[in-house]
Amino acid sequence: MKRARIAWHGAIHAATVNDDLASFTLADGRNVPEAEVVWLPPVEPRTSFALGLNYADHAAELAFKAPDKPLIFLKGPNTFVGHKGFSRCPADVKQMHFECELVVVIGRQGKKIRPEQAYDHVAGYTVANDYALREYLENYYRPNLRVKNRDFCTPLGPWLVERDDVPDPMNLNLRSLVNGEVAQSGNTKDMVFDIPTLIAYISDFMTISSGDMILTGTPQGVRYLVPGDEVITEIDGIGSLSNRIIRA
Amino acid sequence: MAEKPAYPPLRIDGTVYGVALNNRNEIACLATSFAAAPYKEPPQAPVLYVKPLNTHLAHGGVVSIPAEIPEIEPAAAIAIIFDRDTSRVSEADAMSHVAGYTLALDLSRPTDSYYRPPIVEKCRDGFLPIGPWLVPAGDIGDPLSLSVSLEVDSVAMGDLCLRDLARPVWRLIADISDFMTFRRGDVLLTGLTPPGARARVGSSISAVATGLGRLDCTIALEKSV
Repeated sequence: MKRARIAWHGAIHAATVNDDLASFTLADGRNVPEAEVVWLPPVEPRTSFALGLNYADHAAELAFKAPDKPLIFLKGPNTFVGHKGFSRCPADVKQMHFECELVVVIGRQGKKIRPEQAYDHVAGYTVANDYALREYLENYYRPNLRVKNRDFCTPLGPWLVERDDVPDPMNLNLRSLVNGEVAQSGNTKDMVFDIPTLIAYISDFMTISSGDMILTGTPQGVRYLVPGDEVITEIDGIGSLSNRIIRA
Repeated sequence: MAEKPAYPPLRIDGTVYGVALNNRNEIACLATSFAAAPYKEPPQAPVLYVKPLNTHLAHGGVVSIPAEIPEIEPAAAIAIIFDRDTSRVSEADAMSHVAGYTLALDLSRPTDSYYRPPIVEKCRDGFLPIGPWLVPAGDIGDPLSLSVSLEVDSVAMGDLCLRDLARPVWRLIADISDFMTFRRGDVLLTGLTPPGARARVGSSISAVATGLGRLDCTIALEKSV
C-alpha cells in the first residue's frame, strides 16, 4: 500500500494512493483525483537523519574516501517539501545539485536494535532529493546546515510504500533526471552502510521513534542546476518524485 | 535552595538548534587551529547543530550514560524560544520574534573536533536538559545582561554573558533565518559556556542565571540491557 499526505478542499488528509497512481482514497472512503490535490511530504518529520558519502562511487567523485563509520547529519522539519513542489536556488549559487536517496521511515521505537531485527522497526520507504548547494559548504559540522537545512530544499515523496511491499530494499535501482535526461544512476546495493547497519548504529546511542527518517545517501552523478530545471528523483519499486528549481 | 516556581514548566514542541563557537574568547583561542586542516579558514556562517527530540529532558531529570563513557562535557546555554515563524528577518526586527528565554545544558561526549556534525557526541538520549520554564521576553529588561553559569557538583565551571557572544542574538536570528525558517516554538541555544568542563556518573550539573532560574540534572549509570 502507498500512503500519502495531501491537501484537498482546504484540509490536510492522510490518503491511500489508488492503483492507477492518479487518484486517492481518503480515510472516509471518498475518492479524489490527483488534479485536485497538493502533495505534502508523506511523513510529518520528527528526527531526520541523513547520510553523507554512503555510496563509495559518490565519495570518490567528491575526492573523499568512503568513511569507516557512517557520516550522519540531521535535518529540521523546515527543509522538506512535497512532490511537485519548488526548491529555491539563490542568485549567487551556481553549484546546486540533486541527490536521489532512499528514505527509511521508522515505524516502531527502539534502542540498541540488532541488525537482524532492524526491519521490524521500519514502517516503509519513500524517496528524497537531498539538494546540496556547494558554495555554502564549510568545514565546520560539514555538511553544514546552510547547505543541508534550507527551507523546502529536501523534496520528499510522493508517497510512503509500506515495508512489506518492498521485498529487497537493498537492491533497488535509483536515478535522477534533469529535464527528462538521466543525470545520476545507481543501485542501493552499493551503499557503504546498509539499512540494518544504519539502524543498529544509530539506535546504539540514541532512541529512534516512529516517524523518524533515515535518508540513506546518494550514488555518483553531479550536475549543476539552474532555475526552471525540472528534477525527478526516482527509485524502482518506490516512486518518482518531481521538483522544480526556482529563483530565490 | 529551591527557587519558587515563577512560571509553568517548559514544554518544547519545536526543533532545538544550537550554535557552537559563538563565545568570543573561545574563538580567539582557536584562531590558529581554524587556519589549519581540516578547517583551513575560520567559520563564516553560524556553526549550527540540532539537538533532536530524544535528547530533550525536563528540569531535574536523570541522564544515563554507559560505563564505556567515563566522562561527558557539559556546557550551559541561554536559549531563546520563537514566538512566531521567523524567516529572513532583519537584525532590527529579530528580537520582536523572541517569545522568551530559558536555560539549557548541552551535554556532549568530549571532542576537540568541529569537522563533522556532532551526532554521536551530542545526540544521546537526555543530552539536552532544558527549562525549567519560559521567561517571557517582556520580563527580561536588557537581554544583553543575561549571564549563565555552569556548575558541576556545586563548583563553578565557567559562565557566558550574552554580551560576549561573537554573534549577538539579533545577528544570529537574522543570519540563520536568511536560509531557514524558525517556526513558532523552535528553540535556539545562543552560545555555550567555555569548553573543558567534565562530569561523570554521580555528578549533579546545573545552569544558573539571574532572572531565568536554575536548571538541574544528574548523571547516572545506564543499566545494561
